[in-house]
Amino acid sequence: MKLTTEQIKHIASLARLGLSDTDIKDYRTQLSEVLDNFEILKQVDTANVKPTAQSITLQNVFRNDQVGESYPQNEVLANAPKQEDNCFKVKVIL
Amino acid sequence: MDKLYQFTIHELNTLLRKRDISSVELTKSVLSRINEMENKVHACVSINESIALKQAEEADNRLRNADSDPLTGIPVLIKDVICTKGIRTTCSSKILENFIPPYDATVVEKLKAANAVILGKTNMDEFAMGSSTEHSAFFTTYNPWDLSRVPGGSSGGSAAAVAVDESIYALGSDTGGSVRQPASFCGVVGLKPSYGRVSRYGLIAFASSLDQIGPLCKDTTDCSLIMNCIAGHDKKDSTSLDYPVPDYTKSLISNVKGLKIGIPQEYFVEGMQAEVRTTLEKAINKLEEMGADIDWQASLPSTRYALSVYYILAPSEASANLARYDGVKYGYSEQNADSVIEMTEKTRQIGFGPEVKRRIMLGTYALSAGYYDAYYVKAQKVRTLIKQEFDDAFKKYDAIITPTSPTIAFKVGEKTGNLMQMYLSDVCTLPINIAGIPAISIPAGFSNDLPIGMQIMAKPFDEEMILRIAYAYEQATDWHTKKPSL
Repeated sequence: MKLTTEQIKHIASLARLGLSDTDIKDYRTQLSEVLDNFEILKQVDTANVKPTAQSITLQNVFRNDQVGESYPQNEVLANAPKQEDNCFKVKVIL
Repeated sequence: MDKLYQFTIHELNTLLRKRDISSVELTKSVLSRINEMENKVHACVSINESIALKQAEEADNRLRNADSDPLTGIPVLIKDVICTKGIRTTCSSKILENFIPPYDATVVEKLKAANAVILGKTNMDEFAMGSSTEHSAFFTTYNPWDLSRVPGGSSGGSAAAVAVDESIYALGSDTGGSVRQPASFCGVVGLKPSYGRVSRYGLIAFASSLDQIGPLCKDTTDCSLIMNCIAGHDKKDSTSLDYPVPDYTKSLISNVKGLKIGIPQEYFVEGMQAEVRTTLEKAINKLEEMGADIDWQASLPSTRYALSVYYILAPSEASANLARYDGVKYGYSEQNADSVIEMTEKTRQIGFGPEVKRRIMLGTYALSAGYYDAYYVKAQKVRTLIKQEFDDAFKKYDAIITPTSPTIAFKVGEKTGNLMQMYLSDVCTLPINIAGIPAISIPAGFSNDLPIGMQIMAKPFDEEMILRIAYAYEQATDWHTKKPSL
């Protein structure tokens, strides 16, 4: 099965990932090759098998809702590409 | 004392405690070794001499007060996927090229509490996605045993650095073999602990249900000392288990008599190099001579599905984890855009390398409407079967032994053009992460002066069994003492 250019563009837009025309062409071939390898899973009967999301038995780890120490605002913002008035700054959204 | 950089943690700890040497002296020795070797090996993304020497002075103060930990004053390198407060942490990616974490990973906090000396950060495949360090956005690391070959990956910088004595030990991370495969290629010891054994807090996430931090070091004794420091429950990582941490040095028993060890045929795969097979057979024969009860006919039939399961689950989790790199909170940000969405798309297009983009695409596809059940849920179900097979096997066997990788270290550039060939390099290590069990790679022989690793695995949270067998084998052989002649 070979993915179409439209499918690649659709996945890239879902992932908010900009791609060049060369990327689109390469990924069509490369991703299709990898997906072909996944066909082997069709051989496995999983009709009565439950999915495993993680390998340990822990479920729903709770803790008390207590206020703890947090990082100072200036440290949290220190890596921000753009900031203003102690906020992350982005382009106009609306 | 000469060439202190060549020693192990346990040897240096004795010298430091007796005050035969100081941590400053040792740190200077290792730093000079880095200066000597780094232009050939390129294992490190950053080195912080002044911070390291300051930490060494503090360690010496503590040693003077006779209040030391086995890791006190010993230099360590940290894979650049683990956050270090105030020290640039890049994931070998353009998108994090200038990222300075405001906090330490829990493992780094623990090393600091032991007064370890943090030398710097090691190179890796970008976001730990790769098997050779060739996917680093900065440069490729070279294998000290043969500079035309890769060190393995993704923790290739950590493995190469330990092999060439640029550090006494190092930390790596392992999502599908990223500690063990480079350990095998570079002839060092590398352990992937059980999922939940070591806190992942501050480990920059790749695939959260598979990632674990693990040590790369010169022998099994060092491995047990590092595990004593880094293992344990952490409130900041709710997937770390609140389960007692044993003293791992107590597992260093040179006796494998009567231990039942299974050798699953499925791991001696098609395409495996003949010298890897023969080396492993010799190593297993050695354990048999030493009294282990070997079953050469063990079987884990679902192994053949592990590669596909992994390459659905890991990219799916990665595509979700890497959504945080949006050019707003930290990291590279492309401002030449008309809207927020265009800014994010361009930031990620420029900031991520080709392999990271490929995996985001693959994961997004597997999670997208119409394909979620066919790929993601199907892979999760087969994961159940793989895990079940291991659970059943460990009712019969104390441990399972396989090769770590089907090949010795390959040439730089040999597999970059062939995706599936590169992915197959981890075919023997991926199932272990899928099942969440612990596994070690230890040196078990050489082919044309290139190291070959043996992988030993045990049931979840039985690192002690692994260390025991590894230690016994190490006592009976001298592979781990061999050094590259660079």
